[in-house]
Amino acid sequence: MAQKTLLSVEGLELQYQTRRGVARAVDGVSFDILANEALVVLGESGCGKSSLAKALLRVLPRNVHRFSGKVMLGDTDIMALSEEAFRRDVQWTRIAMVMQAAMNALNPVVRVGEQVAEPLRVHMGWSRARAMERVARTFEQVGVSTDFLQRYPFELSGGMRQRVVLAMALVTEPELVILDEPTSALDVLTQAGIMNVLKRIKQEQGTSFMLITHDVATSSEIADRVALMYAGQVVEVADAQDFFHAPAHPYSQMLMASVPRLRQREEPAHIPGQPPDLIDLPSGCRFADRCPSRFGRCAEDPEPIRLARRHHVRCWLHAGRSGGGGA
Amino acid sequence: MSAVRSSAQARGRDGPLLAVQDLHTWFELRQWGFLRVGSVRAVDGVDFELARGEAVAFVGESGCGKSSLARTLLGLHKPTRGEVVFNGTRVADLRGKDMQWYRASVGYVQQDPYGALPPFMDVRRILSEPLIVHGISSRVERERRIRQVLDEVRLSPAETILDKFPHMLSGGQQQRVVIARALVLEPSMIIADEPVSMLDASVRVEILNLLRRIQTERELTLAFITHDLSTVRHFADRIFVMYAGRIVEQAPVDELLAHPQHPYTQSLLAAIADVDAANARQQREVPGGEPPSLLHPPPGCRFHPRCPHAIAGVCEVDDPPQFEPRRGHRSACWLHR
Repeated sequence: MAQKTLLSVEGLELQYQTRRGVARAVDGVSFDILANEALVVLGESGCGKSSLAKALLRVLPRNVHRFSGKVMLGDTDIMALSEEAFRRDVQWTRIAMVMQAAMNALNPVVRVGEQVAEPLRVHMGWSRARAMERVARTFEQVGVSTDFLQRYPFELSGGMRQRVVLAMALVTEPELVILDEPTSALDVLTQAGIMNVLKRIKQEQGTSFMLITHDVATSSEIADRVALMYAGQVVEVADAQDFFHAPAHPYSQMLMASVPRLRQREEPAHIPGQPPDLIDLPSGCRFADRCPSRFGRCAEDPEPIRLARRHHVRCWLHAGRSGGGGA
Repeated sequence: MSAVRSSAQARGRDGPLLAVQDLHTWFELRQWGFLRVGSVRAVDGVDFELARGEAVAFVGESGCGKSSLARTLLGLHKPTRGEVVFNGTRVADLRGKDMQWYRASVGYVQQDPYGALPPFMDVRRILSEPLIVHGISSRVERERRIRQVLDEVRLSPAETILDKFPHMLSGGQQQRVVIARALVLEPSMIIADEPVSMLDASVRVEILNLLRRIQTERELTLAFITHDLSTVRHFADRIFVMYAGRIVEQAPVDELLAHPQHPYTQSLLAAIADVDAANARQQREVPGGEPPSLLHPPPGCRFHPRCPHAIAGVCEVDDPPQFEPRRGHRSACWLHR
């Protein structure tokens, strides 16, 4: 495959200072995203997936304790950029993001067309006329009639507002769009409509996506690859086909078995226990005390093990089956 | 027990536990507090019966009226028209002690477990409160019932839970406490409104399994309100599909999933694929438009503006009645005429 690597993340760490101690929300995460690829970051609440998104776009809260690692966007080492350079050259223009519940964060007193034009005018210094022309085109791409340009957010349904928010992320034609739970508050049909838009844009514009979700079914609607997070770490990253049909990590396997299937008879099974506290992480494998396959070696922290090209798993069960750790 | 209730119960024992006839719950909309603007027809002509020990699911998208229906069944909203008959007794006629009996007979499991639990009460107090309200004055008896119900929802040993406050519990544990509270008065029916939509995937199945097990063991009637068709299959016997304040289709679960009759149900099912890597390369068929305003619903069939099979001159004119295109399978669509 001749696809170029667009984003490459290595050893990313993001820790928060809290009253109880340091929370390791993103704890040594490495992965890459190819051009025109959709990577889904899957995980349950509190696994660090939203923190990962915020770290990549540097929208961080004030209580950051540690933020380090290497993030290459194309040839640019974006972690080395100053705040100002990052905001000018990367945020919105090269990486855009749809935050969780963003459709509820639209400014209620500004017409939606103006709001979508904002990144063009503020970050790229476009004239109003030029920006509005682009906005109109983007509205069409996301399936919102241009009649809506002059409307206020309250005049739009939830599904339409979500499309507007999506337009805001796409309007600068960024190389990478990060979406944090873009459909979780929406109805089934609205959700399917939004996923249709994402698929079409990916195909037509060659955009890369990083979609963050807790919902396995949604993830399958866009994923070329899946990275599963657990307690601040990526425990498995694999092609969608492998992840959905032959996952390697016991947590991935149990998560897949917990998904209710509409058209199959198997009863879904739950995963006993709870994820560990990010402030008080256990030593060794973080999934060990919920894992049915745990053995002696799980007391040591597992390194990512390479199973195949671009398929890595953090689990000792796979040690010795492959060419060892690393890339 | 009052005379009204006992004679009615004697009559009602062989019939359905719950019968709903021509139920309408409208909310009047006013401007400046007095000008009548119109009515939001949240529930607009709903009929069904639930048998004892049956688990059913009401499925629909937000704004279809499913939560208003639940709240009307619970007696929290007064129906604008129509009747709810529980165990042979008209709920609208219940007063005082009889209403209290009804409240004890129908347990409620809310969507957001954290919001449903008072933050300043520990679990013992949360579970004692309904017992005190319903006249269980013996502390020993209350404690016995609380421990029994905690054991039933698998929150044991009780000692580790009783003194905890809601914020000290995980989402799954909180939802178990909500379920325990719904069960502590030994109801004959449970209404669960999106009981797992706020929970993580791995916990969801656990809570649904728990509800299903308790429902079977106690032979409860369970009305399960959800937007998520894919969870329904394993946890309900029958499905009611709601759209814009009405039930558009009803059938046993497997029958409905295998042979959906109403175009709305068909499009819902077409939008949900089972997990597969190939999904990422397929555009789903989605009907255009959005659910109608419940303030001004369209005339005729409410789905007709979005329906790919709408029959001109029919669907936008007349309300479709419930047809029975297959045995035990009803669908309100003119295609079956």
